[in-house]
Amino acid sequence: MTQTYSTVASGSGVAASPMLQVTGLNVYYGESHILRNVDLTVPRGEMVCLIGRNGVGKTTMLKTLMGLLKPRSGNIIFDGQPILGKTPDRRAKLGIGYVPQGREVIPRLTVKENLLLGYEARATRPQNTTEIPEEIYELFPVLKTMLTRMGGDLSGGQQQQLAIARAIMGQPQLLVLDEPTEGIQPSIILDIEAAVKRIVATTGISVLLVEQHLHFVRQADRYYAMQKGGIVASGSTRELSNEVIQKFLAV
Amino acid sequence: MLPSILDGIFNGLSIGSILLMAALGLAIVFGLMGVINMAHGELMMLGAYTTYVVQNLFKPLGIFSQTYIFFALIMAFIVAALAGLILERGVIRYLYGRPLETLLATWGVSLMLQQFVRSVNWVLIAGLAIFCLLYFGGMWFVKKRPDFDVIRQKAIALLLPLSAAVAVAVGVFLSQTFKSAVTQPWFGAQNVDVTAPKWLQGGLPIGNYQLPYTRMFIMVLTALCVAGIYFFLNKTAWGLRIRSVTQNRNMSACLGIPTNKVDALTFALGSGLAGIAGCAVSLLGSVGPNTGQNYIVNTFMVVVVGGVGKLVGTIAGAMVIGLIDYILGAGILALLFAQIPPVAEFFTFFATTSMAKVMVFLLIVIFLQYKPAGLFPQKGRTVDA
Repeated sequence: MTQTYSTVASGSGVAASPMLQVTGLNVYYGESHILRNVDLTVPRGEMVCLIGRNGVGKTTMLKTLMGLLKPRSGNIIFDGQPILGKTPDRRAKLGIGYVPQGREVIPRLTVKENLLLGYEARATRPQNTTEIPEEIYELFPVLKTMLTRMGGDLSGGQQQQLAIARAIMGQPQLLVLDEPTEGIQPSIILDIEAAVKRIVATTGISVLLVEQHLHFVRQADRYYAMQKGGIVASGSTRELSNEVIQKFLAV
Repeated sequence: MLPSILDGIFNGLSIGSILLMAALGLAIVFGLMGVINMAHGELMMLGAYTTYVVQNLFKPLGIFSQTYIFFALIMAFIVAALAGLILERGVIRYLYGRPLETLLATWGVSLMLQQFVRSVNWVLIAGLAIFCLLYFGGMWFVKKRPDFDVIRQKAIALLLPLSAAVAVAVGVFLSQTFKSAVTQPWFGAQNVDVTAPKWLQGGLPIGNYQLPYTRMFIMVLTALCVAGIYFFLNKTAWGLRIRSVTQNRNMSACLGIPTNKVDALTFALGSGLAGIAGCAVSLLGSVGPNTGQNYIVNTFMVVVVGGVGKLVGTIAGAMVIGLIDYILGAGILALLFAQIPPVAEFFTFFATTSMAKVMVFLLIVIFLQYKPAGLFPQKGRTVDA
């Protein structure tokens, strides 16, 4: 059932290797086994969606990818190099932009300061780190009007847009989104969806998305379905059948 | 009547500014990082002893020696910051998120530092230097080997006793060859005295009262430090990183902020400020190994009353405590209520330094019942996050 891209990676060097390759990942919280032999591949320039019901380990997977959790075994290869030994800040600098569940905007910093923190992830810091590039406002016009507000005072939808904008400021090669539409009003979900699509179209970066919202899932190129900590189905989202949706999405 | 009130306000503010000076570093380390650093007072003490050493080094320089205080301030900052950096890298970084352990560990460090200044002499310094050179130099050498992870335990087991033995042997050899020239403690257990430079002695006469120049100097110094810290935290890139890490460590790391460096820098900065505070208090009286202990409780009070994590709270807390402390201790309230004998008697009872302290702590206890988060609690949607 699980289709792998290992053939693409073999023997052709960094350029042809997938953006992200996770193999045999096992993660524990104490003694409870959360992720079981997870294999997952994000090809360059593609958007991959990880689906599954609550509590199957999707967020754990992303936290392990960022280095917030330590796996017991397995390997994570990003852009041709193993990253398991690296701290979260080093991984961010390599080009992984993380938008966590619950946004995690820094509450007592202004919106502008939150955005400026996005520069931290750039390998080479730009000369002028006090200005926000215009593209960010084009993607999320709402942010321009509230630059001096505290990040923690924004509404959930605004925080979500801020968190995505912040990740984009770091010019990542892989954007990791954890349930970006959770608890957000439908009109803003559409805004966020459109912004993510536009980011992918203009920058050609890869995206790893965890999502419950079916409309958003359909935007992805490929999907992986998780159950009880393991990958149980995968394929192209075009072939995403109603049966799979019923089984793995909480709709 | 008026002069005594002015006198009360000035003295209160001056006590407050010393408290603020001492609490500023703590507010950064405790307030922003959540680390309870019981050794903060001892970092102040190190700053005070540094001032003493610098003063003695400058003594032969004649007229130029009167400027020692500026060099002492810089040196006190550097010495305390380095000590803080070693403390953070060596102890505290393993204890983040475990306040109780941090409290105990730093308390232990504070005792060690007190004893260190009592018994430090050339033999001790030479022994420590040789041990560090051999042990850390050796470890650095071993670390370069590819099989470091395998032989790590063995390397430590071999290097540790070996370097310790060499250090002890050198120490014994030195003390037997040069006798008391090297075994004499530098400072000993007695207090040492720092004399303020001539241009800081005396005071500015106002009516029949004098404003001591040293206190004015400390107030100006405090204002400069507060302004400097405010600028650093709010206007620089590292300040932004510090504020970010203190609010959300994990997310800051995921954004690419090197949290290790931020921790070390924040702690070194807070310790350096303690050093400057130590330099300031050395102008007010003699300096001993216990100097730090006299300040640590008060500085914690300032940070707690002001509200954790807010500089403005620390400033207000220090000034309020300083004012109340002085107004009670000098018996000004007793004078005001002279017409009402029972009230006057009540305040006369508290009009000594130690009883004023009792009253201040009592007021703090009552105050915290009503405002447990301090004068300036954090507000906003995500206050619990």
